[in-house]
Parts: sequence; C-alpha cells; structure tokens
Amino acid sequence: MKPDVSNRLDATFLALADPTRRAILARLASGEASVTELAEPFAISQPAISKHLKVLERAGLISVGQDAQRRPRRLEGTPLAEASAWLERYRAAWETSFQRLDGLLDEMQRASTASKRGRQQTMRRKRR
Amino acid sequence: MRTTIDRAEVTQPSDREVQVTRSFRAPQALVYRAYTEPELVRRWLLGPPGWSMPVCEMDVRVGGRYRWRWRSDENGAEFGFSGTFREVRPPSKLVHTEAYDPGTVGDDFPRNDAIVTVTFMQEGDRTTVTTLVDFGSKQARDAAVATGMTDGMEQSYQLLDRLLDEQPRA
Repeated sequence: MKPDVSNRLDATFLALADPTRRAILARLASGEASVTELAEPFAISQPAISKHLKVLERAGLISVGQDAQRRPRRLEGTPLAEASAWLERYRAAWETSFQRLDGLLDEMQRASTASKRGRQQTMRRKRR
Repeated sequence: MRTTIDRAEVTQPSDREVQVTRSFRAPQALVYRAYTEPELVRRWLLGPPGWSMPVCEMDVRVGGRYRWRWRSDENGAEFGFSGTFREVRPPSKLVHTEAYDPGTVGDDFPRNDAIVTVTFMQEGDRTTVTTLVDFGSKQARDAAVATGMTDGMEQSYQLLDRLLDEQPRA
C-alpha cells in the first residue's frame, strides 16, 4: 500500500474517533450545511465545532463549498470508502474463520453431550 | 452487562493496536480448546475460502513456540506467523508474540514482533473472545493491516489496488 494512502487512512481514523465528528458527518450525509447550521444540534460553542471541522477537513472527509458567504461544508466520500474497505476486508477475513469456528464448536458440543449421555448409560447399565 | 457480538467487530483502541471481538454460543472452556489445540485450530483459522493450513504447531505453555503457515490451494502462495507464548491461563487468557513471515505473498516491511492478547469471557451460554494485537508502533500496524496481515492474500491485494486506482486522488 502506498504511504500517502496509509497516512490518509490514519487521518481518517483519527477524525472518526470522536462522536461529535461522526455526528457532523452523519448530518452532512443528508446535504451540505454551514458552520452555524452544523453547530445547532450540539451543546458546544461554534469555535469548538470549527476545531472539529478542521480535523475533518485535514482528513479530507469534508470540503468547503463555493458560496463565499455561507462557506457550506460538504461530505467527501473517498477517504471514508478507503477506510471502510480496509476495515471491512480485515473484518471479513476474521468473520469467515469465526463462522467455521461456530460450526466446530457446535460439533464439539454435540460430541461432548453424546459422550456424556454414553457415560450415563454405561453407569446405569453397571448399576443394574 | 455487555452485549454479545454475533458478527466480528474490528476496532482500533489506539494508533498501534487493532482489536477483534466476537461471541460464540459455547462455554469458555470449549472455545479455549478450539484456540489452543492445533488439530482444532487448523480446522477454522483459515481466512477466506481456498486456503489451507499445512503447518499448525503449538506448544501452549509459557515460553512454548507456535508456528502457523497457510497455503493458497489455487496458486500455492504461502505466508505464516510464528511466536512464543508469554502467558497461558486456561480457559480465560493467552498472550503470545507474533512474527509475520511474508512467505511468497506478503510485503517485506521489516517490523518487530506484535504482541497478541486473547481473552475469553463467558456470559451465560456465550463466550466472547477479544483479540488485541499490539504492533508496537503506528507504522507497523498500518503496514501489517494494510498489506493484509490476517488475510495476506494476493486476491485481496488486487481488489484493494483496483479500489485505490478507481478512487480519484485527493
């Protein structure tokens, strides 16, 4: 993997590590919004929101729109797609193995129940 | 009370770690066996379909070694992991080092051994397994996971390459 992609992933994960920033992204998923509009649902100051927006911008997750007055923020999909593809690939590999483990554990439990039953029957026969 | 996790979950507790969590409908002791008896391990720890595990040697005691190696049925490509057990607490915890052997598929990024901590927690009839991999540095983690640490598969690289080529450059 190319180093610039690795660095970008790192910035993306850092940006996503905060619930406010994730909420901002969720809001932007339904359309662009100004800083004031973005600050509204949160009980934090506009400078604090601006700080979060800077982190998101550095990570390439959002960009600033054309309107010089409103300076609307909008969602940029590429880094998110990279990050989720990367994690999903890793997760999927584990999940495939885990599903096999589910099957193996079922088998082991059936075997141990069967042998327990077998032992009980043998004991009962002995007692008779 | 924590909820059980029916689908593998991957998180990054810090910039040098990756954590995988999954619950199983089985008692702790049984899950522990499936993780520590080589003849059981090689039946499930295989990654995507089409790979087999020709080498699975495990001497599960403190200071004991293990060696895992996978092979692609399709093209014979191989890679593996090996290391030493540092902590062995049946049926709840395992700690081992993990050195990556890129074999014929991986990258040649030089990295230190990772430390892997596996915990088994039973709740009712469920056991939740948490695997925490500490790569020692952010660079090592990025390199390991990005090049496909557990699924170091040529096919995945090709998919990723294609994906990255399709993405417009920022």
